[in-house]
Amino acid sequence: MTAATESTLSDSTRPAPRPQRRLRNPGLLAALPVLIFLALAFAAPLLAVLGYSFMPEGTFDFTFPPTIENYHTVFSGSYYISFVKSLGLALVTVALLMVICWPIAYGMAKIFGRWANLMTLAIVIPLFVSENIRLFGWVLFLIKGGVLLGSLQTWLGIEAESILYDVPAIVLGLVYVYLPFTLFPMVLGISMVSREVTEAAFDMGASRWQVFREVELPLAMPGILIGGLLTFILSLGSLAESKILGGQAVIMIADEIETAFTFGQNWPLGSALSVLLILFSGTLVITLLNWVDLDRILGRGRDD
Amino acid sequence: MADPILRLSQLSKRFGQFAAVKDIDLAIDEGEFFTIVGPSGSGKTTLIRMLAGLEEPSGGEILLRGQRINETPANRRPTCMVFQSLALFPHRSVGQNIEFPLKMRGVPPMQRRERADELLRLLRLPEDYYGKQVSQCSGGERQRIALARALAFDPEILFFDEPLSAIDFRLRKTLEKELKDLHRETGKTFIYITHSLEEAMVMSDRIGIMRAGELVQVGAPDEIYSRPANRFVSEFMGEVNVLEVKPNGAGLHCPALGATLQGPGGQGGPGDQGDFAGGYLVIRPEYLRFLGPGETAENQIEGVLYNEYALGSRIQYQVRVGEAVFLVEKLREQRYEGQLDDRVVIGWEARDSVLAPE
Repeated sequence: MTAATESTLSDSTRPAPRPQRRLRNPGLLAALPVLIFLALAFAAPLLAVLGYSFMPEGTFDFTFPPTIENYHTVFSGSYYISFVKSLGLALVTVALLMVICWPIAYGMAKIFGRWANLMTLAIVIPLFVSENIRLFGWVLFLIKGGVLLGSLQTWLGIEAESILYDVPAIVLGLVYVYLPFTLFPMVLGISMVSREVTEAAFDMGASRWQVFREVELPLAMPGILIGGLLTFILSLGSLAESKILGGQAVIMIADEIETAFTFGQNWPLGSALSVLLILFSGTLVITLLNWVDLDRILGRGRDD
Repeated sequence: MADPILRLSQLSKRFGQFAAVKDIDLAIDEGEFFTIVGPSGSGKTTLIRMLAGLEEPSGGEILLRGQRINETPANRRPTCMVFQSLALFPHRSVGQNIEFPLKMRGVPPMQRRERADELLRLLRLPEDYYGKQVSQCSGGERQRIALARALAFDPEILFFDEPLSAIDFRLRKTLEKELKDLHRETGKTFIYITHSLEEAMVMSDRIGIMRAGELVQVGAPDEIYSRPANRFVSEFMGEVNVLEVKPNGAGLHCPALGATLQGPGGQGGPGDQGDFAGGYLVIRPEYLRFLGPGETAENQIEGVLYNEYALGSRIQYQVRVGEAVFLVEKLREQRYEGQLDDRVVIGWEARDSVLAPE
């Protein structure tokens, strides 16, 4: 009894140096919960996909010797058509969004003042509604006899074909859904261009176009680039737009992956396709971010 | 005398109901270093932005060598502005920054490079700075790069919008002198705005003092220093003693002191105050002196030495006379030998004071 009390006492007097030693490197410890979460929720599924992509066709566990037959199937099949189509649609979406978003972003960053907040809200609020529901809204709007064509016919007597279930409708859907992803980083990019810098360029003889090309565009580039990349990668892996608005007129690469996992009951094939898509996107992001040195653009250049 | 390079007549600018600049008339000569001084909100920035073409006047005219340029946009005016933030392009090298105005004018690369090297030499920047990133340059170097860039296309007038305001004291003092040297070397017309009259004094040929959108006084630094047009101008120049006074036949009656003082006066002797009908008597602290036994001055007041402050080469004393507070400044070698709370007599000659009507 006495001994126990003593030891408790001496314990309570001793531990002083310990927490010091432990706190010397608090970073790793503090990051541990997040690291564990990321490892389980983020890295593990990716590793599982990577693992499955080397399993024989139609299997559902990791017990077989690894094989590259799935990759062989992908490259010898016609999957490249879906991939090229997805790529094309993603590029068109990004290009359109760049043109559409620049004036809006410029206005929000430089001109609209407090109205910009209202615009932000107007653009963000629809995001609270699920993407699929919003896309079905577009179907009702665009379908033959729907909001648009129905009104045209009733009030103006104009008969027109619906753009639904074809490429333009898919592009419309992609542009609509990913607009905020291009817009908001672009707004940030443009707000980084100070008014004095553009005025100085103008004062030194630059035309409006030269101010845009020589000063505003390069200085806003980090935002433009990040928005563009985000949109491109999301569009590349998009599924709902082509299904709902495109009515399977175009089979996107994400469609193929879904089919392989569901109807095809061929997880290894779906995994191989996923791995290739991830590799492609990842390579693109890394190359682009290295090629366009963000530090240089931001003026935090290193010695060269 | 030659025609002025820049003439403003009745120039004004309103933002809605607010008149930022009110009917300014001013002529600036070729090669002049003209500084507009005013507190923030006095309209000096709006004025210079109109001159540069970044703001359109609401009324009046801007004439450059007799030609109206009100409607000419900034990129077509033969003038260039150095901004408060300097507005260097962070994504361009030093050389590219300097060459920018030339590139915009379609000057071929070889000639641009030659001009850039020339300007680097003029501003005493090392030649290998041409390829350096702007972000790696120090504050003083950036200042010189901005100057080089502004001079690149050989503008007729250079505007400066407080470019030295964000720089620490010692470097600012150096750069003020460098700027004045550059003015001499280039012979160009410089129009500079600042909130510091001290800065203006160092550099300018003439100074215009601005307050609430109006030019209160225009004159050479000496003139402004010795004959401020009003209380605002004199107080703007630093610490001065200001006494409210009214002429009473025998001199200037000062209610705060309960005494009659002698002002600088008109021609008709001590009682004559010209057309001065009341206002302020301004005396600079360095014109006040402590009077020893037997010493006299035209104006004499007894007070208590309340405190003293060391200001580098000078020492400033606070003397309290009833409710009134006087500042007396002496060179260190001529310091007052005595104790705080001493009863002292301070005095000044009438000609060393200035009358300010408002």
